[in-house]
Amino acid sequence: MTTEPMSPTDPIAPSALDAAPARPLWQVILIRPVMMTVVLLILEPIVASVFWPQSMDLQYILSTFTLTAPLALMALVLTLVIISGEIDLSPASSMALTACVFAAVLQAGVPFPLAVLVCVGLGFVLGLFNAFLVVYLRLPSLIATIGTLTFYRGLAQVLAGDASIKFPEWYQGLNLVSVLGIPVPDLIVTLAAILLALLLSATIFGRQIYQTGTNEIAAQHAGIRTRLIKTALFVTLGVVSALAGMMFTSQLGTVRYDLGLGGELQMVLMAMLGGTYIFGGRGSILGTFLAAWLLSIMTNAMNTASWLPATQFCLLGVLLIVSIIITNFIYSRTQR
Amino acid sequence: MTDAAAPASETPLIAARGISKSFAGVEVLRDVDLDLKRGEIHALLGENGAGKSTFAKILAGVHRPTRGTVALNGQPVDISSPIVAQKLGITLIHQEPISFPDLSVAENLVLGRTGGSPLGRVPWTEMTREARRLMDLLGVKMDVTKPMRGLSIADQQMVEIARALASDSRLIIMDEPTAPLTPKEVDTLFTIARRLRDEGRTIVFISHRLEEVRMLCDRVTIFRDGNKIATDTIGNLTDADIIRLMIGRPLREYLHKTRAAIGDVALKVDNLTSPGLFSDISFEVRKGEIVGLGGLVGAGRTDVARALFGVVPAASGTVAIDGKTVSIRQPSQAIDLGLAYVSEDRAVSGIFRTLSVEENITAAVPSQIAPGGVIRRAIEKALASESVRKLRIRLASLRQPIGELSGGNQQKAILARWLLTDPSVLILDEPTRGIDIGVKAEFYEMIGELAASGRAILLISSELPELLALCDRVLVMSEGRLTANIPRADATQESIMHAAVPRTRVAA
Amino acid sequence: MNAVKSIMLRREMGIFVAIIVFCIIVGLIKPRFLALDNLRVIMLFVPLIMIAAMGEMLVIIARHVDLSVGSSLGFAAMMTALMFKTYPDVPLVLGFAVAIGIGAVLGFINGLTVIVFRLPAIIVTLGTLYLYRGLTFIASGAKQIDRQYIPGPLKAMSANAPNYWLPWIVVIAVAVVLLTYWFANHSRLGRQVYALGSNPSAAPLRGIPVTAVTLTVFSISGALAGLAGIMYASRWGFVNPSNTGWGFEFQVIAAVVIGGVSINGGVGSVLGVVLGVLLLGCVSAALPLLGIPGTVQSAIYGLVIIVALVIDQSVRERGIQALTTARGART
Repeated sequence: MTTEPMSPTDPIAPSALDAAPARPLWQVILIRPVMMTVVLLILEPIVASVFWPQSMDLQYILSTFTLTAPLALMALVLTLVIISGEIDLSPASSMALTACVFAAVLQAGVPFPLAVLVCVGLGFVLGLFNAFLVVYLRLPSLIATIGTLTFYRGLAQVLAGDASIKFPEWYQGLNLVSVLGIPVPDLIVTLAAILLALLLSATIFGRQIYQTGTNEIAAQHAGIRTRLIKTALFVTLGVVSALAGMMFTSQLGTVRYDLGLGGELQMVLMAMLGGTYIFGGRGSILGTFLAAWLLSIMTNAMNTASWLPATQFCLLGVLLIVSIIITNFIYSRTQR
Repeated sequence: MTDAAAPASETPLIAARGISKSFAGVEVLRDVDLDLKRGEIHALLGENGAGKSTFAKILAGVHRPTRGTVALNGQPVDISSPIVAQKLGITLIHQEPISFPDLSVAENLVLGRTGGSPLGRVPWTEMTREARRLMDLLGVKMDVTKPMRGLSIADQQMVEIARALASDSRLIIMDEPTAPLTPKEVDTLFTIARRLRDEGRTIVFISHRLEEVRMLCDRVTIFRDGNKIATDTIGNLTDADIIRLMIGRPLREYLHKTRAAIGDVALKVDNLTSPGLFSDISFEVRKGEIVGLGGLVGAGRTDVARALFGVVPAASGTVAIDGKTVSIRQPSQAIDLGLAYVSEDRAVSGIFRTLSVEENITAAVPSQIAPGGVIRRAIEKALASESVRKLRIRLASLRQPIGELSGGNQQKAILARWLLTDPSVLILDEPTRGIDIGVKAEFYEMIGELAASGRAILLISSELPELLALCDRVLVMSEGRLTANIPRADATQESIMHAAVPRTRVAA
Repeated sequence: MNAVKSIMLRREMGIFVAIIVFCIIVGLIKPRFLALDNLRVIMLFVPLIMIAAMGEMLVIIARHVDLSVGSSLGFAAMMTALMFKTYPDVPLVLGFAVAIGIGAVLGFINGLTVIVFRLPAIIVTLGTLYLYRGLTFIASGAKQIDRQYIPGPLKAMSANAPNYWLPWIVVIAVAVVLLTYWFANHSRLGRQVYALGSNPSAAPLRGIPVTAVTLTVFSISGALAGLAGIMYASRWGFVNPSNTGWGFEFQVIAAVVIGGVSINGGVGSVLGVVLGVLLLGCVSAALPLLGIPGTVQSAIYGLVIIVALVIDQSVRERGIQALTTARGART
């Protein structure tokens, strides 16, 4: 309950205490979580160029980003899911499962368009299942999608076993194709980022995502179809993970059940480093987009410095916690 | 400031001097001096936000005063936390009793008591025996081994009182305890309070129900706008005196009713039933009419509203809007049909606290601000500014987060949201709760104007003066059923209360 | 009240019945399942999960969760194994102390982060899941510690003892269960854990030392994970940075949730968790006998968690519904 400001003797006259003064504009612009990402993005290359100069070549950065691109694509849509107040840890597993099915179907001789349909359709179904658990059965999304992440990965294991399924020659090498000097995967991610950013900031759907994440009960009372919105987001994430799988497998040329293993950590990290609030209601596509690049550059630098994958994982774990702490801190400080 | 003179020889149990408290720069208590005697029942009266709750919480260690001192039996004390307060013998019984729902009654009674190492044995048998003894002392029958979850509010209060007894509290503060109770439960509570007083303990009773205060209390202290206005024995003050002291001017001036032309039936409800919540609710509301819906907390009024609006649809029954039967399964349908619902608890189901005022006001009319799916900022700004102007919402900027506004202005913004949907039927659920009296008057004016413009209004309220002042008719619900349909001429506080009270529990 | 209690009782009965039914069905398909040596297999599988489940149970009852259990197990196991490799003459007891101690520290860090930064435990322990696993890799140089470095007496603790003596790891697991039972039901601190999970906002108002209790449950969970770590070395005879404990947390959480511990805290019994672990043990032992490949196991665990969550949710909602009806009908 808010404490009421004191009204002077004439109750109708406006009181200076009726509303707290608005924050100064410079604070609103500068003190927000995406600034953290921007700062890191500026600092990091400076540090890296000092220690590992060879990792700072623009062409090199662009071409290595293609490895991060599939995860980045999923992370962008994941950002929307988190803003709406839920979370989904299963996209990497969905990606692996749909990619394995895609490869198997192609190998069986199914024509390409149909195979794509199957792959994307499966992604749709996997996303729908997540939506069913979270929106309809109202299970806590973090735990439920940990369950589905395990389940989908397990299914991929059952399907593909330990084998590597190869893709036809003509399908491979998407990352080698460039438009205007920029590899196609990077372009896809950038395009997706622009589209989603517009969706989030300029459309009513985007506005309602924020409202659902800020206060779902209030949103329902205001006539906002929150269940539909969340279902749409989970399904979209499922479809996008299938597309990401298609992108990834073109680059790798083969697929195994462990495609993107541990990718959920990186995706969530991108969203958190990008300033998305874990409790929902706040976040930006720009932030996640920048964070994806940041992560790619960092991974570059770490690889160039010959850090073990395990060590890198270590750092990522720490970064995850730290970024959430900072975001939490900024949001709670500016919200009283 | 009048003060009943205490006998010079007797040290008061509590002597508070110069107590002031500010929250984030807003002063809610200003220089309060107050004595509480041993063996008395002392009421704290005042409107919402007057400071009585804050003062009590300072005594209970929940807040610390910005300035001022408190002396217990003549000794200055620093009540720095609820634990310290408990050790000093001060217990606060909250309006919504606090408990650990999954633990048993006995455990709730005993847990937190000082003494014993963390790894010490939990004395189950002694605990149960002690718990039974305490409940017997209060004359309450309860199985102390069952979990707290599922106990009625009255029983939960009893457990909290038993806790106070168990820790031998000298000062027991009750914060608006009677709101959720039936008259019989209120009786039990008052009997126990009197007994405790006779034992030499002090009870502080926070309320704004004058009849109860008069029934129970010895002395009364009235707060207004953060100041202590007066303390006196209850016998020395008439109700009119008390009201005058509480609000600063006679009540009558705020409550007048503009008559509107009453038209066709806009909302017709027949046999609306939701098992466990309400049954056989039938009524109608005409255009231009303000129909009140009164009753005790828990009677099911909000459940009916939520069912009508589609938040939790009813199990059976029919609803007709402007003569056409409708089936409303979700709020968006209700809005399309011309219904609007200003919900009871704006913090929980109303505002998007961190989003801007603008975004909050336009939340229910997406098709107006985004005709093709893309948001037109100019339209949104225009709609929002117009609403702010019409409802006289005080804010620094349309873009500021709505959480920075005062409660009254937040509520205005919510009302603005619903007015933008141009509803034919407007359901208001406790619209002036938590709002100070000046803004309340504005709301009453607005509600009157809304009715005059031809809308049908259902006003759910627990404030009897509000119902009496505004409504053409007052429906009353009790325990899920409609018990009365009282026309304006016959509506009095007594007639409404009489219908609100559960039939089989009327005290002899 | 009566309804809630009887649901609880029914829950444990339900798991017990499920175990019996499952064993009968599998026993009919493959009678080997009920053979004594298969029971031994189950008996050796169960103690690790049982030990960690006791700790996880306390954490979940306190309305938190510990996802880092598997990684803590791995790290503690690796450090202990490294110690044995470097100093082969170190007494076994010290090994236990080191494993438990390291686990406790890891758990303490989890708890501290949750408290100081007021973050949800699930996020923190998701991060430490990867952090501790990474540390295990670093410490071991990504290399496995082979059989010859694990002390004989340690491995003997899991050996099939002659006649009817139980292997030591089973005895230890039983001891942990009994200790947990005493802690949860008969110690003040244990009851405070239940209170904290039942109503976290009321806890400080009622004199419950929230920080101390939270740090305690996380430390216990970590310590027991560490104990499970050295038990792992005993049972399998080697420690591998990528496999040891990988995916372990899912099994533990699945067992705990099956056992009737509510994700929302405040509710749960040692008996329920024990039965949950046993059920999971039977299922795991049945899978290879029925010819279902190990790869399916993770899929099954995922499914199990989902199903258990759904049951948990519907029990809660039925309970709430029952109470709403009761309240509404109050006359």
